[in-house]
Amino acid sequence: MNKIALIILREYTSRVKKKSFLLTTFLVPLFFIAMYVGVFFLTKKSFEESHALVHVVDQQGDIQNKLKSNKNITYIVSNVALQEEIESLKDKEKNTNLLIIPDDFLESRRVELLSAGKPNITTQAEIREQLKEIIRTAEYTKLGIDVASIQRVNDRVTISTKEITDEGDAKESHTEIAMGVAMALSVLIYLSLFLYGAQVMRGIIEEKSNRIIEVIISSVKPFQLMIGKIVGIGLVGLTQFLLWVLLTLALSSAATTMLYDQNSTTELAGSIEEGGLGKPQSLEIMDALQSIHLGELLICFFLFFLGGYFLYSALFAAVGSAVDSETEATQFTMPITMPLLLTYVLSFGVLVNDPHGSIATWLSFIPFTSPIAMLVRIPFGVPLWQIATSLACLIIGFLITTWAASRIYRVGILMYGKKASFKELIKWFSYKR
Amino acid sequence: MLEIENIVKQYSNHRALDDVSLSVPKGSIFGLLGPNGAGKTSLIRIINQITAPDSGEIYFDGEKLQPKHIERIGYLPEERGLYKKMRIGEQLLYLSQLKGLSRSTAVQKIRYWFEKLQIESWWDKKVEDLSKGMQQKVQFVATVVHEPDLIILDEPFSGFDPLNTQIIQQEIIELNRKGATIIYSTHRMESVEEMCDSIALINKSKKILDGPVRDIKKAYQNQTYRILFERSGEADVFNQSTALFTVVEQQDRYEVQDITIKIAPHTSLNEVLLYLLPHITVHQVLEIIPSMHDIFIDNVTKLTN
Repeated sequence: MNKIALIILREYTSRVKKKSFLLTTFLVPLFFIAMYVGVFFLTKKSFEESHALVHVVDQQGDIQNKLKSNKNITYIVSNVALQEEIESLKDKEKNTNLLIIPDDFLESRRVELLSAGKPNITTQAEIREQLKEIIRTAEYTKLGIDVASIQRVNDRVTISTKEITDEGDAKESHTEIAMGVAMALSVLIYLSLFLYGAQVMRGIIEEKSNRIIEVIISSVKPFQLMIGKIVGIGLVGLTQFLLWVLLTLALSSAATTMLYDQNSTTELAGSIEEGGLGKPQSLEIMDALQSIHLGELLICFFLFFLGGYFLYSALFAAVGSAVDSETEATQFTMPITMPLLLTYVLSFGVLVNDPHGSIATWLSFIPFTSPIAMLVRIPFGVPLWQIATSLACLIIGFLITTWAASRIYRVGILMYGKKASFKELIKWFSYKR
Repeated sequence: MLEIENIVKQYSNHRALDDVSLSVPKGSIFGLLGPNGAGKTSLIRIINQITAPDSGEIYFDGEKLQPKHIERIGYLPEERGLYKKMRIGEQLLYLSQLKGLSRSTAVQKIRYWFEKLQIESWWDKKVEDLSKGMQQKVQFVATVVHEPDLIILDEPFSGFDPLNTQIIQQEIIELNRKGATIIYSTHRMESVEEMCDSIALINKSKKILDGPVRDIKKAYQNQTYRILFERSGEADVFNQSTALFTVVEQQDRYEVQDITIKIAPHTSLNEVLLYLLPHITVHQVLEIIPSMHDIFIDNVTKLTN
């Protein structure tokens, strides 16, 4: 078998077989699903809790008909005496309230709210809002103003954003969702470049401190060992992502069907949908996600992850070869990962706010920053030629860094106990062999 | 087996090898000697093609040294190392496949060695569970499992107890008998005399001595003999001046006298004995042969002074 293939195989299997790999691979999707389910139940719960039953004793007589039940409050017009209501309230569950409207309400503008537990702020606010509206309408009528025309003076404005596609037709764009996806991608690629790059470095330091390195490079060329290690660990990364995508899709679709099946039978589901928490909105999100081409995004993610990974892991490999321990490595990893960190930080500001501005565009072409910068831009729609150019630059970039890193690597792995400095590294680079 | 011609290796601030030429005869056990920092490891790394010389040539079995020769060399570095978390069997499989063995042959050969060294039960153990001496055994197997024609051993006995040293030494000699050429780098001079056919002594980046052990020792024989005797006459024959020899050391004992003499050039032992016999009764005559240890110390200090 080809020696590089052998090395790749060893690097790959020895990592994939590790317990920590299996653990993270299966726990991360579970974690996401748990969060999804958790959020669902919490929302449901808080909804249940904030929903109030309000018995209304209207001494004024006119108001009770004007109060409207909605998703937060259900009004029940009382038909028993006040004292009786107060008595029965004691035995009621939390969130059952008694609203007493005095007969001089329109003048005094005071009501009383008795609660089984502590009166809920949302409930209070809701009642206040409705009563205000009632008073306003009453006052308008008293002043002889047409209530209907007042209602027409509505200052709410809805902006419906559409973007013009190449075909010339307008489609609805979802800037907020694109931003969300962009930031999620930024976090994901930043973390994974760091994670797997550091694994390459750790592997090399391990081989060096184990002293097995000399045995191995008496059988293979240092370059073969370095490339084998980088590719092997890269494949581990890809495997992990692929499993994550598959597991998350499988689990989330399972969870979704389960949750909605359960809900469609309960009365609550109806009110949740009214409240905009149920199907309609999630469908809307799905629509929006489709508008940013999930497939294209995934492909780009894999391509830019690979490119960025090769570029940075080559640098990490050079660092790993130059030091004797991980603590020593920090002085080198800091400067080489600076561009990555910078882009990462920028991605939450400049890049998402102005994804087609000159800073974002330039950053998405420079190989050291493009993996993050381009992925942040892609959800907003980037012309194909830009993606292609950026990828080409990235490939050239990683070829150059790999070449440079391998020159340092082959010297570094045989150096023990020598405190390496940047000057030293440059000297190693120029060694013949 | 190996012809090393005028190798020069320059590092940024020192010259590791300065015009070193050696010849390692096929089928020999070749001792590569020298104090720490002399350049032995640099030379070994060049032979293993881990580094390249600045100038000079190496011929392997008559051919110029090339990457394909790597599979015919087994190298046991002084700094040992194995993957700590990997199982012994898998590890040896990996290393021997890197040396060009197919998987099935590798399995077969590793089993053979495990049986030979009686470590069959180690296949599924991890390196971190083994003692240092046990790890060394595994490392030795890794070095020889692909049946190399040239085996380079850098301090192979460090970390072994006397029993295991014995076992490994036997294995090395057996491998040599089966045709492998062995380069043995060490400070342990007594084992050099036991094992090596030829040696080269490197000091301060330069080769200062090389050749078959027998010849070197011959060259360092300086006609010194130790004689145990009894006086048979009155005359103190050793205190009379003679052109035949000089006395190096004399110990008077009650009955048997013990004297060390150095015979003058172009004089044979027989002539000396003929001269002495009328006066003494000889019990024993021993030739004092310098040990490799003495030769080593002698040469290294001579150069330092």
